[in-house]
Order: sequence, then C-alpha cells, then structure tokens
Amino acid sequence: MSVEVRVPTILRSHTGGQKVVSGSGDTLAELFENLDAAHTGLKARIVTDEGHLHRFVNVYVNDEDVRFIGGLEAKLSDGDSVTILPAVAGGM
Amino acid sequence: MLRIAHELVEAVVAHARADHPDEACGLIVGPEGTGEPRRHVPMTNAARSTTFYEFDAEEWKRVYDEMWDRDEEVVVAYHSHTATEARPSRSDIGIASEMGLPQAHYVLVTTRDPDIAEVRSFRIADGEAAEEPIEAVGGADAVQTYKFAHSPDSTVYDCH
Repeated sequence: MSVEVRVPTILRSHTGGQKVVSGSGDTLAELFENLDAAHTGLKARIVTDEGHLHRFVNVYVNDEDVRFIGGLEAKLSDGDSVTILPAVAGGM
Repeated sequence: MLRIAHELVEAVVAHARADHPDEACGLIVGPEGTGEPRRHVPMTNAARSTTFYEFDAEEWKRVYDEMWDRDEEVVVAYHSHTATEARPSRSDIGIASEMGLPQAHYVLVTTRDPDIAEVRSFRIADGEAAEEPIEAVGGADAVQTYKFAHSPDSTVYDCH
C-alpha cells in the first residue's frame, strides 16, 4: 500500500526539497514512523515526544482534519492523500 | 523588501477594519517561484479573538488545495493587531519559526487608530523577526487609509 504525502515548505529540509513523498502504514502513526526512515527528523516536527500531534501542525487525510478522525490513530487506505500544513497562528 | 500593489494593501487594511476588534488574518498568494503577491485570500480567524488568530483548518485545506492546483505559493501572510503596534509578538515569532511559512513576508497591520492603519512587513526565522521595507506600486487612492511605519533607516519613498 502507498500513501501520497504533501509536505509543507518548512518541512522540505527533511525531504531533500520534495513537495510530495510517499510512504505506507495502516495508521497515521505508522505512516510517520515509516516516513522517518527515509526522511530523518520529519516525524519529530509533527509528533511530540509524548506521541501527540504538535499544537501548530495540521494533518489531513484526504479532506479530513485528523483531529476529528482519531488523530495519529486515524486509519489509512491505499491511495489516500495526506497533507501536512502549518496551522498559521499567533497572538499576544 | 516587499513589493506589493497598493490595492492589495488597501484590501488587507479593509479586512482588518471589518474584523476589528477581533484580529483578522489572511494570505496574498502568487505564482510559485516568483515571490510576487498577486491574489488576496482573506481567511477566517477560527479563534475569533481580540488577542489571537488561527486559520480555520478546513478553510485552509481548501485554499491550499486550490493553490496547489494553480501552482501558487504563499507570498504574504498577514494578521492584524487591534490594540497594539504592528510588530510580531513573541508567540507570533515562536510559532512562525517552529511551524510557519518560511518563504512568506509576515505583514502586520494595526487598527488601534480608527483613522489610519499602520502596516509593517517582517521576515521571521530562527526565533527572530527582521523588519523589511515595503514598496507599494500602482496608484494610491486619493485618501490613503494606511501608512507604512517601517523604521526610518529603511524608508522607501514612493513617487507618483
């Protein structure tokens, strides 16, 4: 199985500049584990040491914000498209 | 240096005024690789707050998909401050450095003065914000609703 992953500019230093990479996994957690083997350091930018998504990163499976479909436990199927985006936020 | 059309600055200021006293946020995107701000994309502030902003995650995904299909990139990421100056706050800088838009000009607008908004532009990386001059191009309206408030050593004089 293979999943397409769209990588935001700020994380392309981990993918040799590639905008799109592919990986595999039955869940999002497994996908990030799999991606980290080829793209060192990518996982740590997305997943905290405690195993949660970082507060200011958005991850989508197809069009779904994964926070509403199980977070890192969200299930993946062959041909899914995963998009990673900075949340774009700030405040005083 | 940020080169941007007057009408785009006017549109950003109008958005900031419309959402005042909440913070407004949005993007100006352009063709990938050109660094030219062309298309204004006002975004919803999901935080609906006078002191915080955050893109609505669902809307942001739709906008990003559209940009992807059109080979566009973020050139300007803007937000307003409604009671303080047009400079990035510590959390603006922290979040942008950690997980932001490294190619973007971060534009700040303050609407604390009801008549004239101030507009400033910054590059943000590695926990630092560096102000840059703004050069507005094209015809300005007879009555300008904003002023650029960049530091005196980097003033750019527009000639019309």
